[in-house]
Amino acid sequence: MSFAPFKTLTSQTLVLRTQNIDTDQIIPARFLTTTSREGLGKLAFNDWRYDADGKENNHPLNSDTAKACQILVTGHNFGCGSSREHAPWALMDYGLRAVISSEIADIFHTNSLKNGFLPIVIEASAHEWLLDNPGVDVTIDLETCEVRLPKNGGTYPFKTDPFSRHCLLAGQDELDYLLGQDAAIAKYEARNV
Amino acid sequence: MTNETQKSLFDKVWERHVVSFETHEQPATVFIDLHLIHEVTTPQAFTVLKERGLKVRRPDLTLATIDHSTPTLLNEDGSRPYVNEQAKKQVDLLLANAKTHGITTHGWDSPYRGIVHVMGPELGATQPGMTIVCGDSHTATHGAFGALAFGIGTTQVGHVLASQCILMRKPKSMCVWVDGELSDGVSAKDVILAIIANIGVGGGTGHVIEYRGTCFENMSMSERMTVCNMSIEAGARAGMIAPDVTTVAYFEDKVMAPDDLAQTASDWLSLASDPDCIYDKEVRLDAADIKPMVTYGTHPGMAMPIDGTIPQENEKALTYMNMQAGLAIAGTKVDTVFIGSCTNSRIEDFRVAAKILKGKSVAKSVTAVFVPGSEQVKAEAEGEGLDKIFLQAGAQWREPGCSMCIGMNGDIGRPGDLIVSTSNRNFEGRQGPGVRTVLASPATAAASAVKGVITDARGLS
Ligand code: SF4
Repeated sequence: MSFAPFKTLTSQTLVLRTQNIDTDQIIPARFLTTTSREGLGKLAFNDWRYDADGKENNHPLNSDTAKACQILVTGHNFGCGSSREHAPWALMDYGLRAVISSEIADIFHTNSLKNGFLPIVIEASAHEWLLDNPGVDVTIDLETCEVRLPKNGGTYPFKTDPFSRHCLLAGQDELDYLLGQDAAIAKYEARNV
Repeated sequence: MTNETQKSLFDKVWERHVVSFETHEQPATVFIDLHLIHEVTTPQAFTVLKERGLKVRRPDLTLATIDHSTPTLLNEDGSRPYVNEQAKKQVDLLLANAKTHGITTHGWDSPYRGIVHVMGPELGATQPGMTIVCGDSHTATHGAFGALAFGIGTTQVGHVLASQCILMRKPKSMCVWVDGELSDGVSAKDVILAIIANIGVGGGTGHVIEYRGTCFENMSMSERMTVCNMSIEAGARAGMIAPDVTTVAYFEDKVMAPDDLAQTASDWLSLASDPDCIYDKEVRLDAADIKPMVTYGTHPGMAMPIDGTIPQENEKALTYMNMQAGLAIAGTKVDTVFIGSCTNSRIEDFRVAAKILKGKSVAKSVTAVFVPGSEQVKAEAEGEGLDKIFLQAGAQWREPGCSMCIGMNGDIGRPGDLIVSTSNRNFEGRQGPGVRTVLASPATAAASAVKGVITDARGLS
């Protein structure tokens, strides 16, 4: 799948302080019978946002301010649990383009990058500051791999896999790259029947 | 970190599968020997294939089943009560996609259909030294055979369908050593819960865990699968145990076992880690210290010995669980007991449960739902008369599938219910909105079903 290139992003932050937010919180399993990837935003954090009768409650995620945010900041170890790619699909359809935390689970991390959703692990002091100051304007610069905090709050580097970064900046699909290796794969197959 | 000459099991399997090497600019291209697929994480991948006019590169290395959205009960007329139209559509779509692409499928009419991680090993499709992927995080289960097996997302499912490869950088390695003898009444489930409680739910992030030591050497393949299954609950992509004589013996009666088992076995045995290989991280536990474990909170790391008192931490989790710090966890009222899931739904698990339930009854206040991991497990259990023991005790004996592990098929609890479950995740709402999950071994689950409260099976007469 190709997607819009990701270069820089400036947005207010949406803060969820909870640690270990698992993918069952991001989108509950009972919604995984879908056969499409569209329209999952209304199900993002479903069980936090709706009452038993399906009405939106007063969870901050339901506010218009939250829905306008493109950068999510969460407690430690975001996205643990199942491998469902529905998690980044739901977050993106909700309106988010990036998540910043002090640790992000492996499979969620991989899935996110493949959809143009940027997972950022940032050093503890900046992470804490972001948790304590919800709603500030933050800039993520993927060209320089930096997060810029407002009001001279400083600039913090983050690491992104160079290949994923290249694909994100170019909006390029990894599948094309893999298909381009057809000859090498065929050679491997011939060696290992 | 790799010592040039001394290699770990993980190093050896990894190196055998590199199609093109990792550089600073790009990840390695890794060949996949077995791609297991099921209905939940594949529809969007097949759509991409269709949109781009691609075919499945190696249908011969792809194996399909239906397990997550499938009903575990039958209507009186033999039809299947799907939870909703969408679930049926998803199952039908998997069957149709597999057919279109010539992929072997264990669907409704197969005697081998089952939870993908129970079925693969039972068929002998899972073999030592392989790379195995599936759009499912518990793919780590297959690491019990010394395979490098891990869960992938749907985009990567598409990559593997189209190219039989994935792009990935080599993860770090971690060794969890457990030496010594387990005490009576302590199972593989207790061992892995103790490990996760020790290293934490993020303790394995970025790593492939190898489990080493006499504790694992003494385990059956079924027990090793229980351990490797939950590697992801410690954040690890994969868990592995070196192939040994127990591993080789497992293949003697498997339909997809290699024809030249004796010859292949010597290659399998050579995969064991070299004596002086180096891991990026090591942890040691003493088997003798491990007790039967249960979880008290809302992730698998919040686990404690069953004879202990609930720890004072994580108020939010305790509030959700309606549990009080400082109190004993044993004796907590139970509403439902679930024995099933890819962690504990093999024949050995039901034998343990049957031993406890024989001649006893499930407490009146408890609903006991027992779901075999596969058609083969079901047939074998019924051959041994275990289903009769369960039914006489008042438990339900259902059709194979994931069932209450994830509740996608509608097998869920009621809000507020406490479920003692042999599955692998106790996240909020995992078994239905507001449901409180306590993870436990089959023995603890069966004993709790009898008593109606969380019960240490060791004390049951
Ligand atoms: S039993 Fe549970 S964990 Fe295992 S594959 Fe099914 S849903 Fe996933």
